[in-house]
Amino acid sequence: MPIIYTSQDQIEVYRFGIPAAILIPLLAIFLQAFLPMRLPFMSIFDLPLLVTIFFAVVRRNPVTGLLTGAAIGLFQDSLTHQPIGLFGIAKTVVGYGASSLGVKLDVENMGSRFLVTLFFYIVHQIVYFTVARGLVQLTLEWSWPHELGRAFANALLAVALFAVLDKFKQRA
Amino acid sequence: METLISRYRNVSILVAVLFAQVIGLAVQVRRSPDGESTRLIRIWAVSAVTPLEKAIVSLQNGVGSLWHNYIYLRGVRQENRELKEEIQSLRLQQVRLIDDAEQARRLQLLLGFKEQFISRTVAAQVIGASGSPQSRAVYIDKGSRDGIAPDMAVVTADGIVGKVLRVFNSTSQVLLIDDQSSGVGAILEKSRLQGILRGTPSGEVVLEKIMADEDVQPGEAVLSSGGDEIFTKGLPVGVVTKVSRGKDGFLRIRVRPAVDLSKLEEVLVITQRDERAPEVTEKATRAADILAQRLPSVPDKPETPAPNQPVAGESAQSTPSHTASPQSTTAAATKPAATKAVSATAASENTATATHPAPKPAPSQSDAGGKTTAAPAGHVERPQPPSASPPQADSAPAEGKPE
Repeated sequence: MPIIYTSQDQIEVYRFGIPAAILIPLLAIFLQAFLPMRLPFMSIFDLPLLVTIFFAVVRRNPVTGLLTGAAIGLFQDSLTHQPIGLFGIAKTVVGYGASSLGVKLDVENMGSRFLVTLFFYIVHQIVYFTVARGLVQLTLEWSWPHELGRAFANALLAVALFAVLDKFKQRA
Repeated sequence: METLISRYRNVSILVAVLFAQVIGLAVQVRRSPDGESTRLIRIWAVSAVTPLEKAIVSLQNGVGSLWHNYIYLRGVRQENRELKEEIQSLRLQQVRLIDDAEQARRLQLLLGFKEQFISRTVAAQVIGASGSPQSRAVYIDKGSRDGIAPDMAVVTADGIVGKVLRVFNSTSQVLLIDDQSSGVGAILEKSRLQGILRGTPSGEVVLEKIMADEDVQPGEAVLSSGGDEIFTKGLPVGVVTKVSRGKDGFLRIRVRPAVDLSKLEEVLVITQRDERAPEVTEKATRAADILAQRLPSVPDKPETPAPNQPVAGESAQSTPSHTASPQSTTAAATKPAATKAVSATAASENTATATHPAPKPAPSQSDAGGKTTAAPAGHVERPQPPSASPPQADSAPAEGKPE
Protein backbone atom coordinates (compact mmCIF):
# COMPACT_ATOMS: atom_id res chain seq x y z
CA MET A 1 0.00 0.00 0.00
CA PRO A 2 1.59 3.31 -1.06
CA ILE A 3 1.92 5.89 1.66
CA ILE A 4 2.87 8.80 -0.60
CA TYR A 5 0.07 10.60 -2.40
CA THR A 6 0.30 11.17 -6.13
CA SER A 7 -1.44 13.97 -8.04
CA GLN A 8 -4.31 11.65 -8.87
CA ASP A 9 -5.03 10.69 -5.29
CA GLN A 10 -7.81 12.40 -3.42
CA ILE A 11 -6.56 13.83 -0.14
CA GLU A 12 -9.10 13.46 2.60
CA VAL A 13 -9.27 16.39 5.00
CA TYR A 14 -11.00 16.10 8.34
CA ARG A 15 -12.20 18.51 10.92
CA PHE A 16 -13.27 18.25 14.54
CA GLY A 17 -16.25 19.57 16.43
CA ILE A 18 -15.55 22.47 18.78
CA PRO A 19 -16.05 20.39 21.95
CA ALA A 20 -13.60 17.76 20.72
CA ALA A 21 -11.12 20.37 19.50
CA ILE A 22 -11.06 21.98 22.94
CA LEU A 23 -11.60 19.06 25.28
CA ILE A 24 -9.17 16.56 23.74
CA PRO A 25 -6.09 18.83 24.12
CA LEU A 26 -7.29 19.86 27.60
CA LEU A 27 -7.71 16.23 28.63
CA ALA A 28 -4.26 15.38 27.26
CA ILE A 29 -2.67 18.20 29.26
CA PHE A 30 -4.63 17.22 32.35
CA LEU A 31 -3.58 13.56 32.08
CA GLN A 32 0.01 14.60 31.48
CA ALA A 33 -0.03 16.54 34.76
CA PHE A 34 -2.08 14.06 36.74
CA LEU A 35 -1.00 10.55 35.76
CA PRO A 36 2.76 10.74 36.48
CA MET A 37 1.97 11.43 40.15
CA ARG A 38 0.11 8.13 40.38
CA LEU A 39 1.95 6.14 37.71
CA PRO A 40 5.53 7.47 37.48
CA PHE A 41 6.34 5.51 34.30
CA MET A 42 3.74 7.62 32.47
CA SER A 43 6.14 10.57 32.56
CA ILE A 44 7.96 9.12 29.52
CA PHE A 45 4.91 9.89 27.38
CA ASP A 46 4.09 13.31 25.99
CA LEU A 47 0.35 13.17 25.47
CA PRO A 48 0.00 16.84 24.39
CA LEU A 49 2.58 16.20 21.67
CA LEU A 50 0.69 13.17 20.41
CA VAL A 51 -2.52 15.16 20.26
CA THR A 52 -0.70 17.96 18.40
CA ILE A 53 0.61 15.51 15.82
CA PHE A 54 -2.80 13.86 15.43
CA PHE A 55 -4.68 17.13 14.91
CA ALA A 56 -2.02 18.35 12.48
CA VAL A 57 -1.88 15.29 10.24
CA VAL A 58 -5.65 14.83 10.15
CA ARG A 59 -6.50 18.46 9.39
CA ARG A 60 -3.67 18.80 6.86
CA ASN A 61 -3.64 22.57 7.21
CA PRO A 62 -0.24 24.01 8.20
CA VAL A 63 -1.64 27.21 9.71
CA THR A 64 -4.19 25.37 11.82
CA GLY A 65 -1.53 22.84 12.76
CA LEU A 66 0.99 25.41 13.95
CA LEU A 67 -1.63 27.40 15.84
CA THR A 68 -2.92 24.25 17.54
CA GLY A 69 0.63 23.29 18.43
CA ALA A 70 1.37 26.76 19.79
CA ALA A 71 -1.79 26.80 21.92
CA ILE A 72 -1.19 23.33 23.38
CA GLY A 73 2.48 24.06 23.98
CA LEU A 74 1.86 27.39 25.70
CA PHE A 75 -0.80 25.80 27.91
CA GLN A 76 1.63 23.05 28.85
CA ASP A 77 4.31 25.65 29.57
CA SER A 78 2.10 27.56 31.94
CA LEU A 79 1.84 24.54 34.24
CA THR A 80 5.61 24.30 34.62
CA HIS A 81 7.80 26.63 36.65
CA GLN A 82 9.90 27.51 33.63
CA PRO A 83 9.42 30.46 31.27
CA ILE A 84 6.41 30.18 28.96
CA GLY A 85 7.34 29.42 25.37
CA LEU A 86 9.64 26.40 25.52
CA PHE A 87 6.98 23.83 24.69
CA GLY A 88 5.13 26.48 22.68
CA ILE A 89 7.95 26.90 20.17
CA ALA A 90 8.66 23.18 19.94
CA LYS A 91 5.03 22.24 19.37
CA THR A 92 4.53 25.06 16.87
CA VAL A 93 7.30 23.59 14.74
CA VAL A 94 5.89 20.08 15.13
CA GLY A 95 2.34 21.22 14.29
CA TYR A 96 3.52 22.95 11.13
CA GLY A 97 5.76 20.08 10.08
CA ALA A 98 3.22 17.33 10.77
CA SER A 99 0.43 19.08 8.90
CA SER A 100 2.75 19.81 5.94
CA LEU A 101 3.77 16.16 5.91
CA GLY A 102 0.14 15.08 6.23
CA VAL A 103 -0.55 16.62 2.83
CA LYS A 104 2.05 14.37 1.21
CA LEU A 105 1.73 11.20 3.26
CA ASP A 106 -1.07 8.80 3.95
CA VAL A 107 -1.24 8.99 7.71
CA GLU A 108 -4.20 6.66 7.97
CA ASN A 109 -2.21 3.47 8.29
CA MET A 110 -0.47 2.36 11.47
CA GLY A 111 3.03 2.15 10.02
CA SER A 112 3.11 5.73 8.82
CA ARG A 113 1.60 6.95 12.08
CA PHE A 114 4.31 5.14 14.00
CA LEU A 115 7.09 6.62 11.86
CA VAL A 116 5.62 10.12 11.83
CA THR A 117 5.33 10.16 15.61
CA LEU A 118 8.83 8.72 16.04
CA PHE A 119 10.27 11.41 13.77
CA PHE A 120 8.36 14.35 15.22
CA TYR A 121 9.10 13.33 18.79
CA ILE A 122 12.81 13.64 18.03
CA VAL A 123 12.19 16.97 16.23
CA HIS A 124 10.25 18.22 19.25
CA GLN A 125 13.00 17.27 21.67
CA ILE A 126 15.73 18.81 19.51
CA VAL A 127 13.85 22.12 19.23
CA TYR A 128 12.99 22.09 22.96
CA PHE A 129 16.57 21.40 24.02
CA THR A 130 17.95 24.00 21.63
CA VAL A 131 15.63 26.73 22.87
CA ALA A 132 16.02 25.72 26.52
CA ARG A 133 19.78 25.78 26.30
CA GLY A 134 20.19 28.69 23.95
CA LEU A 135 17.55 31.11 25.17
CA VAL A 136 16.78 30.15 28.76
CA GLN A 137 20.18 28.63 29.54
CA LEU A 138 18.77 25.58 31.24
CA THR A 139 21.20 22.76 31.88
CA LEU A 140 19.80 19.76 30.07
CA GLU A 141 21.46 16.46 29.28
CA TRP A 142 20.85 15.02 25.85
CA SER A 143 21.08 11.27 25.63
CA TRP A 144 20.36 9.58 22.31
CA PRO A 145 19.47 6.17 23.76
CA HIS A 146 17.15 7.81 26.26
CA GLU A 147 15.46 10.00 23.68
CA LEU A 148 15.13 7.21 21.10
CA GLY A 149 13.59 4.96 23.74
CA ARG A 150 11.06 7.62 24.65
CA ALA A 151 10.35 8.28 20.99
CA PHE A 152 9.72 4.58 20.42
CA ALA A 153 7.37 4.39 23.44
CA ASN A 154 5.46 7.49 22.31
CA ALA A 155 5.17 6.14 18.76
CA LEU A 156 3.70 2.89 20.05
CA LEU A 157 1.20 4.75 22.20
CA ALA A 158 0.38 7.03 19.26
CA VAL A 159 -0.78 4.09 17.14
CA ALA A 160 -3.29 3.10 19.82
CA LEU A 161 -4.27 6.65 20.73
CA PHE A 162 -4.82 7.77 17.13
CA ALA A 163 -7.16 4.82 16.60
CA VAL A 164 -9.26 6.10 19.51
CA LEU A 165 -9.12 9.72 18.36
CA ASP A 166 -10.21 8.70 14.85
CA LYS A 167 -13.70 8.32 16.33
CA PHE A 168 -13.93 12.08 16.84
CA LYS A 169 -12.94 13.24 13.37
CA GLN A 170 -15.53 14.35 10.83
CA ARG A 171 -15.13 14.53 7.11
CA ALA A 172 -14.72 18.15 6.02
CA MET B 1 5.09 42.01 -1.87
CA GLU B 2 1.51 40.86 -1.35
CA THR B 3 2.07 38.10 -3.87
CA LEU B 4 5.17 37.03 -2.06
CA ILE B 5 3.40 36.93 1.29
CA SER B 6 0.38 35.09 -0.11
CA ARG B 7 2.71 32.65 -1.81
CA TYR B 8 4.60 31.96 1.38
CA ARG B 9 1.62 32.53 3.64
CA ASN B 10 2.09 29.43 5.76
CA VAL B 11 5.79 29.99 6.29
CA SER B 12 5.19 33.67 7.10
CA ILE B 13 2.68 32.76 9.77
CA LEU B 14 5.03 30.13 11.17
CA VAL B 15 7.88 32.66 11.37
CA ALA B 16 5.60 35.26 12.94
CA VAL B 17 4.31 32.87 15.61
CA LEU B 18 7.79 31.61 16.40
CA PHE B 19 9.17 35.13 16.52
CA ALA B 20 6.45 36.23 18.92
CA GLN B 21 7.19 33.34 21.22
CA VAL B 22 10.93 33.91 21.13
CA ILE B 23 10.40 37.57 21.99
CA GLY B 24 8.06 36.54 24.80
CA LEU B 25 10.66 34.11 26.16
CA ALA B 26 13.40 36.69 25.99
CA VAL B 27 11.27 39.22 27.85
CA GLN B 28 10.49 36.70 30.58
CA VAL B 29 14.11 35.67 30.99
CA ARG B 30 15.30 39.25 31.11
CA ARG B 31 12.58 40.92 33.11
CA SER B 32 11.35 38.55 35.74
CA PRO B 33 12.94 35.25 36.61
CA ASP B 34 10.17 34.46 39.12
CA GLY B 35 7.56 34.49 36.36
CA GLU B 36 5.43 37.37 37.66
CA SER B 37 5.07 38.76 34.12
CA THR B 38 3.19 35.64 33.06
CA ARG B 39 1.10 35.30 36.18
CA LEU B 40 -2.23 35.80 34.43
CA ILE B 41 -1.59 33.05 31.87
CA ARG B 42 -0.51 30.70 34.63
CA ILE B 43 -3.60 31.48 36.68
CA TRP B 44 -5.82 30.63 33.69
CA ALA B 45 -3.99 27.36 33.04
CA VAL B 46 -4.00 26.32 36.68
CA SER B 47 -7.66 27.27 37.05
CA ALA B 48 -8.51 25.09 34.05
CA VAL B 49 -6.68 22.00 35.23
CA THR B 50 -6.65 21.91 39.03
CA PRO B 51 -10.42 21.74 39.73
CA LEU B 52 -10.61 18.44 37.87
CA GLU B 53 -7.49 17.21 39.64
CA LYS B 54 -8.96 18.16 43.01
CA ALA B 55 -12.22 16.40 42.21
CA ILE B 56 -10.48 13.20 41.17
CA VAL B 57 -8.17 13.19 44.18
CA SER B 58 -11.12 13.82 46.47
CA LEU B 59 -13.08 10.99 44.87
CA GLN B 60 -10.07 8.71 45.04
CA ASN B 61 -9.59 9.46 48.74
CA GLY B 62 -13.27 8.89 49.45
CA VAL B 63 -13.33 5.52 47.72
CA GLY B 64 -10.00 4.54 49.28
CA SER B 65 -11.19 5.53 52.72
CA LEU B 66 -14.42 3.55 52.30
CA TRP B 67 -12.55 0.50 51.12
CA HIS B 68 -9.78 0.53 53.72
CA ASN B 69 -11.85 1.64 56.71
CA TYR B 70 -15.04 -0.31 56.22
CA ILE B 71 -14.57 -3.14 53.72
CA TYR B 72 -11.02 -4.40 53.47
CA LEU B 73 -10.11 -5.10 57.11
CA ARG B 74 -8.15 -8.33 56.65
CA GLY B 75 -5.17 -8.62 59.00
CA VAL B 76 -6.18 -5.59 61.04
CA ARG B 77 -6.18 -7.49 64.38
CA GLN B 78 -2.70 -8.87 63.76
CA GLU B 79 -1.47 -5.44 62.73
CA ASN B 80 -3.06 -3.96 65.84
CA ARG B 81 -1.20 -6.42 68.08
CA GLU B 82 2.09 -5.65 66.38
CA LEU B 83 1.53 -1.93 66.69
CA LYS B 84 0.78 -2.26 70.42
CA GLU B 85 4.04 -4.15 70.93
CA GLU B 86 5.86 -1.47 68.98
CA ILE B 87 4.29 1.24 71.12
CA GLN B 88 5.55 -0.48 74.27
CA SER B 89 9.11 -0.64 73.01
CA LEU B 90 8.94 2.94 71.75
CA ARG B 91 7.72 4.14 75.13
CA LEU B 92 10.76 2.67 76.82
CA GLN B 93 12.95 4.33 74.25
CA GLN B 94 11.07 7.60 74.67
CA VAL B 95 11.80 7.79 78.41
CA ARG B 96 15.51 7.71 77.77
CA LEU B 97 15.31 10.17 74.90
CA ILE B 98 13.20 12.65 76.88
CA ASP B 99 15.82 12.62 79.61
CA ASP B 100 18.60 13.30 77.13
CA ALA B 101 16.60 15.97 75.34
CA GLU B 102 15.79 17.83 78.55
CA GLN B 103 19.41 17.86 79.53
CA ALA B 104 20.41 19.13 76.10
CA ARG B 105 17.79 21.88 76.29
CA ARG B 106 18.98 22.99 79.70
CA LEU B 107 22.53 23.28 78.46
CA GLN B 108 21.38 25.11 75.33
CA LEU B 109 19.42 27.48 77.55
CA LEU B 110 22.48 28.22 79.62
CA LEU B 111 24.58 28.81 76.55
CA GLY B 112 21.99 31.17 75.11
CA PHE B 113 21.18 29.00 72.10
CA LYS B 114 18.08 29.76 70.12
CA GLU B 115 16.27 27.07 68.22
CA GLN B 116 13.87 27.32 65.33
CA PHE B 117 10.58 25.70 66.11
CA ILE B 118 7.92 24.76 63.60
CA SER B 119 4.97 26.42 65.20
CA ARG B 120 2.30 26.07 62.53
CA THR B 121 1.78 23.79 59.54
CA VAL B 122 -0.94 23.31 56.96
CA ALA B 123 -1.67 19.82 55.67
CA ALA B 124 -2.13 19.67 51.91
CA GLN B 125 -2.88 17.09 49.27
CA VAL B 126 -0.72 16.76 46.16
CA ILE B 127 -3.13 16.98 43.22
CA GLY B 128 -0.88 17.06 40.18
CA ALA B 129 2.50 17.62 38.63
CA SER B 130 3.81 20.08 36.07
CA GLY B 131 3.66 17.52 33.28
CA SER B 132 7.25 17.99 32.17
CA PRO B 133 10.27 15.89 33.15
CA GLN B 134 12.39 19.05 33.03
CA SER B 135 10.19 20.84 35.53
CA ARG B 136 10.00 18.91 38.77
CA ALA B 137 7.18 20.70 40.47
CA VAL B 138 3.88 19.58 41.93
CA TYR B 139 0.61 21.30 42.75
CA ILE B 140 -1.03 21.15 46.18
CA ASP B 141 -4.63 21.87 47.04
CA LYS B 142 -3.90 24.78 49.39
CA GLY B 143 -3.28 28.36 48.35
CA SER B 144 -3.15 31.94 49.54
CA ARG B 145 -6.52 31.73 51.25
CA ASP B 146 -5.10 28.94 53.46
CA GLY B 147 -2.16 31.08 54.50
CA ILE B 148 0.37 29.70 52.03
CA ALA B 149 3.04 32.08 50.79
CA PRO B 150 6.05 31.73 48.47
CA ASP B 151 9.26 30.25 49.89
CA MET B 152 7.52 28.27 52.60
CA ALA B 153 9.02 24.86 53.31
CA VAL B 154 7.09 21.74 52.33
CA VAL B 155 7.83 18.55 54.25
CA THR B 156 6.43 15.15 55.13
CA ALA B 157 7.01 13.01 58.20
CA ASP B 158 9.95 11.39 56.36
CA GLY B 159 11.76 14.57 55.41
CA ILE B 160 11.84 17.64 53.21
CA VAL B 161 9.98 17.80 49.90
CA GLY B 162 10.57 21.26 48.48
CA LYS B 163 9.49 24.85 48.74
CA VAL B 164 6.43 26.79 47.65
CA LEU B 165 7.22 28.56 44.39
CA ARG B 166 3.97 30.15 43.22
CA VAL B 167 0.78 30.67 45.13
CA PHE B 168 -2.67 30.93 43.62
CA ASN B 169 -5.99 31.38 45.33
CA SER B 170 -6.67 27.75 46.20
CA THR B 171 -3.60 25.95 44.88
CA SER B 172 0.15 26.34 45.06
CA GLN B 173 3.08 25.18 43.00
CA VAL B 174 5.82 23.41 44.95
CA LEU B 175 9.34 23.13 43.55
CA LEU B 176 10.77 19.72 44.50
CA ILE B 177 14.29 19.34 45.84
CA ASP B 178 15.29 17.21 42.83
CA ASP B 179 14.68 20.03 40.37
CA GLN B 180 17.84 21.52 38.91
CA SER B 181 16.87 25.03 39.94
CA SER B 182 16.36 24.13 43.61
CA GLY B 183 18.99 24.51 46.32
CA VAL B 184 18.86 23.37 49.93
CA GLY B 185 21.42 24.04 52.66
CA ALA B 186 22.38 20.60 53.94
CA ILE B 187 24.70 19.10 56.51
CA LEU B 188 26.07 15.59 56.88
CA GLU B 189 24.91 14.11 60.16
CA LYS B 190 28.16 12.56 61.41
CA SER B 191 30.95 14.56 59.82
CA ARG B 192 28.99 17.87 60.14
CA LEU B 193 30.18 18.97 56.72
CA GLN B 194 27.92 21.52 55.08
CA GLY B 195 27.04 21.69 51.42
CA ILE B 196 24.31 22.59 48.97
CA LEU B 197 21.79 20.01 47.85
CA ARG B 198 20.77 20.34 44.20
CA GLY B 199 18.80 18.42 41.64
CA THR B 200 20.34 17.41 38.35
CA PRO B 201 18.79 17.43 34.86
CA SER B 202 18.45 13.65 35.08
CA GLY B 203 16.46 13.90 38.31
CA GLU B 204 19.16 12.84 40.75
CA VAL B 205 19.93 14.73 43.94
CA VAL B 206 23.55 15.65 44.68
CA LEU B 207 25.30 17.36 47.55
CA GLU B 208 27.77 19.94 46.29
CA LYS B 209 30.51 22.19 47.64
CA ILE B 210 32.20 19.66 49.91
CA MET B 211 35.94 19.56 49.44
CA ALA B 212 37.42 16.51 47.76
CA ASP B 213 39.78 15.78 50.66
CA GLU B 214 36.92 15.22 53.11
CA ASP B 215 35.90 11.73 54.10
CA VAL B 216 32.26 11.03 53.36
CA GLN B 217 30.91 7.50 53.44
CA PRO B 218 27.81 6.10 51.73
CA GLY B 219 25.01 5.53 54.18
CA GLU B 220 25.54 8.77 56.10
CA ALA B 221 22.37 10.73 56.75
CA VAL B 222 21.95 14.23 55.32
CA LEU B 223 20.00 16.84 57.26
CA SER B 224 18.89 20.37 56.51
CA SER B 225 21.38 22.91 57.84
CA GLY B 226 18.98 25.82 58.10
CA GLY B 227 21.36 28.00 56.11
CA ASP B 228 18.86 28.56 53.31
CA GLU B 229 16.40 30.18 55.75
CA ILE B 230 13.60 28.07 54.29
CA PHE B 231 14.01 24.70 55.96
CA THR B 232 14.37 24.39 59.70
CA LYS B 233 17.66 22.93 60.83
CA GLY B 234 17.82 19.19 61.39
CA LEU B 235 15.07 17.97 59.08
CA PRO B 236 15.89 14.69 57.29
CA VAL B 237 16.95 15.27 53.70
CA GLY B 238 18.23 11.89 52.57
CA VAL B 239 21.04 9.35 52.69
CA VAL B 240 24.37 9.39 50.86
CA THR B 241 24.38 6.63 48.24
CA LYS B 242 27.51 7.29 46.23
CA VAL B 243 30.60 9.44 46.65
CA SER B 244 32.95 10.27 43.82
CA ARG B 245 35.60 12.88 43.19
CA GLY B 246 34.48 15.72 40.95
CA LYS B 247 36.60 17.60 38.44
CA ASP B 248 36.23 20.92 40.23
CA GLY B 249 37.99 19.95 43.46
CA PHE B 250 34.76 19.07 45.23
CA LEU B 251 33.16 15.75 46.02
CA ARG B 252 30.17 14.63 43.99
CA ILE B 253 27.89 13.11 46.58
CA ARG B 254 24.75 11.44 45.32
CA VAL B 255 21.90 11.50 47.81
CA ARG B 256 18.76 9.40 47.91
CA PRO B 257 15.99 11.70 49.16
CA ALA B 258 14.32 10.69 52.41
CA VAL B 259 10.96 11.22 50.75
CA ASP B 260 9.90 9.32 47.64
CA LEU B 261 9.29 12.36 45.47
CA SER B 262 7.62 10.35 42.72
CA LYS B 263 4.85 9.16 45.03
CA LEU B 264 3.85 12.21 46.99
CA GLU B 265 0.32 12.28 48.32
CA GLU B 266 0.09 14.35 51.48
CA VAL B 267 2.50 17.03 52.60
CA LEU B 268 2.82 19.65 55.31
CA VAL B 269 3.53 23.29 54.52
CA ILE B 270 5.40 25.06 57.30
CA THR B 271 3.53 28.34 57.52
CA GLN B 272 5.13 29.69 60.67
CA ARG B 273 8.46 29.24 62.37
CA ASP B 274 9.57 30.69 65.66
CA GLU B 275 13.04 31.32 66.88
CA ARG B 276 13.17 31.04 70.62
CA ALA B 277 15.20 29.65 73.44
CA PRO B 278 14.48 26.01 74.19
CA GLU B 279 11.88 25.39 76.87
CA VAL B 280 12.60 23.15 79.79
CA THR B 281 9.46 21.33 80.79
CA GLU B 282 10.81 19.79 83.98
CA LYS B 283 11.56 21.77 87.12
CA ALA B 284 14.38 24.16 86.48
CA THR B 285 17.71 22.65 87.39
CA ARG B 286 20.87 24.60 87.04
CA ALA B 287 23.74 23.15 85.08
CA ALA B 288 25.95 24.00 88.08
CA ASP B 289 23.88 21.68 90.21
CA ILE B 290 24.15 18.92 87.64
CA LEU B 291 27.89 19.37 87.48
CA ALA B 292 28.14 19.51 91.26
CA GLN B 293 26.28 16.23 91.48
CA ARG B 294 28.64 14.62 89.07
CA LEU B 295 31.85 15.91 90.60
CA PRO B 296 33.23 14.58 93.90
CA SER B 297 32.08 16.95 96.63
CA VAL B 298 32.50 17.62 100.33
CA PRO B 299 29.83 16.76 102.89
CA ASP B 300 27.23 19.48 103.43
CA LYS B 301 27.63 21.91 106.28
CA PRO B 302 25.35 21.50 109.29
CA GLU B 303 22.09 23.32 108.70
CA THR B 304 21.83 25.00 112.15
CA PRO B 305 24.99 26.88 112.97
CA ALA B 306 26.33 26.91 116.51
CA PRO B 307 25.91 30.16 118.45
CA ASN B 308 29.65 30.84 118.39
CA GLN B 309 30.04 29.93 114.75
CA PRO B 310 33.06 31.54 113.14
CA VAL B 311 32.73 33.79 110.13
CA ALA B 312 32.40 32.26 106.71
CA GLY B 313 36.02 32.79 105.86
CA GLU B 314 37.20 30.79 108.83
CA SER B 315 34.72 28.09 108.05
CA ALA B 316 35.88 27.92 104.50
CA GLN B 317 39.49 27.83 105.50
CA SER B 318 38.85 24.99 107.85
CA THR B 319 37.24 22.90 105.13
CA PRO B 320 39.76 20.26 104.13
CA SER B 321 38.74 19.87 100.53
CA HIS B 322 40.12 20.11 97.06
CA THR B 323 36.74 20.81 95.50
CA ALA B 324 34.62 23.83 96.16
CA SER B 325 31.07 23.11 97.14
CA PRO B 326 28.63 25.64 95.75
CA GLN B 327 27.12 26.16 99.17
CA SER B 328 30.35 27.34 100.75
CA THR B 329 31.16 29.89 98.06
CA THR B 330 27.61 31.17 98.05
CA ALA B 331 27.65 31.55 101.79
CA ALA B 332 30.81 33.57 101.61
CA ALA B 333 29.39 35.84 98.99
CA THR B 334 26.19 36.61 100.87
CA LYS B 335 27.66 37.81 104.17
CA PRO B 336 26.74 41.26 105.45
CA ALA B 337 28.77 44.29 104.48
CA ALA B 338 30.52 44.44 107.87
CA THR B 339 32.38 41.24 107.17
CA LYS B 340 32.69 41.84 103.45
CA ALA B 341 36.42 42.45 103.34
CA VAL B 342 37.11 39.39 105.36
CA SER B 343 34.67 37.19 103.56
CA ALA B 344 35.88 38.36 100.16
CA THR B 345 39.41 37.36 101.06
CA ALA B 346 38.13 34.14 102.53
CA ALA B 347 36.15 33.37 99.43
CA SER B 348 39.19 34.05 97.36
CA GLU B 349 41.21 31.69 99.51
CA ASN B 350 38.45 29.13 99.32
CA THR B 351 38.47 29.25 95.59
CA ALA B 352 42.20 28.97 95.48
CA THR B 353 42.02 25.99 97.74
CA ALA B 354 39.38 24.50 95.58
CA THR B 355 41.19 24.72 92.30
CA HIS B 356 44.82 24.52 93.30
CA PRO B 357 46.28 23.17 96.48
CA ALA B 358 48.60 26.17 96.75
CA PRO B 359 48.68 27.51 100.32
CA LYS B 360 48.90 31.17 99.37
CA PRO B 361 45.96 32.77 97.55
CA ALA B 362 46.81 34.62 94.41
CA PRO B 363 45.95 38.32 94.45
CA SER B 364 42.95 39.64 92.59
CA GLN B 365 43.03 42.97 90.79
CA SER B 366 40.71 45.92 90.95
CA ASP B 367 39.73 48.31 88.26
CA ALA B 368 39.06 52.00 88.66
CA GLY B 369 35.56 51.41 89.82
CA GLY B 370 36.69 49.19 92.58
CA LYS B 371 35.22 46.05 91.03
CA THR B 372 37.15 42.88 91.17
CA THR B 373 38.20 42.07 87.67
CA ALA B 374 39.89 39.20 85.94
CA ALA B 375 41.11 36.66 88.38
CA PRO B 376 44.66 35.50 87.87
CA ALA B 377 45.58 32.16 86.49
CA GLY B 378 44.51 29.31 88.67
CA HIS B 379 41.30 30.98 89.76
CA VAL B 380 37.89 29.92 88.67
CA GLU B 381 35.30 32.62 88.27
CA ARG B 382 32.15 31.68 90.07
CA PRO B 383 28.91 33.30 89.02
CA GLN B 384 27.59 35.58 91.74
CA PRO B 385 24.07 34.84 92.81
CA PRO B 386 21.60 37.70 92.44
CA SER B 387 21.46 38.30 96.17
CA ALA B 388 25.17 38.90 96.46
CA SER B 389 26.04 42.56 96.96
CA PRO B 390 28.84 43.89 94.78
CA PRO B 391 32.20 44.49 96.42
CA GLN B 392 32.41 47.92 98.06
CA ALA B 393 34.95 50.46 96.96
CA ASP B 394 36.44 50.58 100.42
CA SER B 395 37.16 46.89 100.41
CA ALA B 396 38.81 46.95 97.03
CA PRO B 397 42.27 48.05 98.13
CA ALA B 398 42.33 45.34 100.74
CA GLU B 399 41.49 42.76 98.09
CA GLY B 400 43.89 44.23 95.60
CA LYS B 401 46.89 44.19 97.89
CA PRO B 402 48.98 41.10 97.80
CA GLU B 403 49.64 39.64 101.16
